Amino acid sequence: MRAILLIGVAAISAAAYATAMTAPPPSAALEARLKKLETELRCLVCQNQTLADSNADLAADLRREVREQALAGKNDVEIRDYLVARYGDFVLYDPPLKRTTWLLWFGPFVLLAGGGLVWWQVLSRRQRAPAAAPTRDPADDARARALLDDEPPA
Amino acid sequence: MTESSMKMLRWSIPLAVFVVLVAFLWVGLGHDPHEVPSPLIDKPAPAFKLLQLHDPDKTLAAEDLKGRVWLLNVWASWCVSCRVEHPLLVQLAKTNVVPVYGLDYKDKSDDALAWLAQHGNPYTASLVDGDGKVGIDYGVYGVPETFLIDKLGVIRYKQIGPLTVEALQQKILPLVRQLQR
Repeated sequence: MRAILLIGVAAISAAAYATAMTAPPPSAALEARLKKLETELRCLVCQNQTLADSNADLAADLRREVREQALAGKNDVEIRDYLVARYGDFVLYDPPLKRTTWLLWFGPFVLLAGGGLVWWQVLSRRQRAPAAAPTRDPADDARARALLDDEPPA
Repeated sequence: MTESSMKMLRWSIPLAVFVVLVAFLWVGLGHDPHEVPSPLIDKPAPAFKLLQLHDPDKTLAAEDLKGRVWLLNVWASWCVSCRVEHPLLVQLAKTNVVPVYGLDYKDKSDDALAWLAQHGNPYTASLVDGDGKVGIDYGVYGVPETFLIDKLGVIRYKQIGPLTVEALQQKILPLVRQLQR
């Protein structure tokens, strides 16, 4: 009984797998493209979500708009430009590289270089002036010995 | 470099970095992340041709309003903060300083008409943007929003969120007077 059931389940899933493989929805490529595009665009209402993730009304409208434009044959750049013209660069998750965003893009590297410079300076200064070996005063030595010898064993 | 100036640098550089950091964070705290600067400022107002709420047989186009300074107020009957700014709009309309056109955004016309009947109608005309397409063209992402458009049909100012007395007195009305000249 169990074997029959197992075989049945296997057959059904194999059939399902086969249909999924042989007959992909005709717009699979489009869906993938839209999905990718939507994850690169920001929802203006819930600002830390992408268009793909957001449940906001506006996000749904914008997804519809993006789909319509894609179906009308517009490429990704044109669709992105369309949204940027209306909502500004903020709609892009990846801010474009331009003069006003130089600080944003290169600032971290400048900070890193600054940190590296300080680090290097500290290191080289240490190397230039190696810590002097501690010198011992023979008088202190004698005193320590005297104290140790004096101590009764615990 | 003398010993003492080295020592000076040792604490003054981190201090300077810290002060700069604090200044950046301080300014950042003052920004409202929901006020995204519109790229449409100083650009021609996107064209539209929409049916009028109170006169569904007639349309109005942005083009028709060329030659005058006007406000476009995006609102909806479902929009809670629209109620906050509405009395101000009604007051403004009574002064006849500047015509206010309403863009009824993603609303049902029956609800919108009832809402205006109840709260007062400040609009010279209300335009029906049922599917929100014109809203998208204007980069609307949070109702209410208000645009100031000049005689040449160029957007000169955008208020995101409810109008306030301060915004009206300090920014919008002075700009209206200047543009009307």
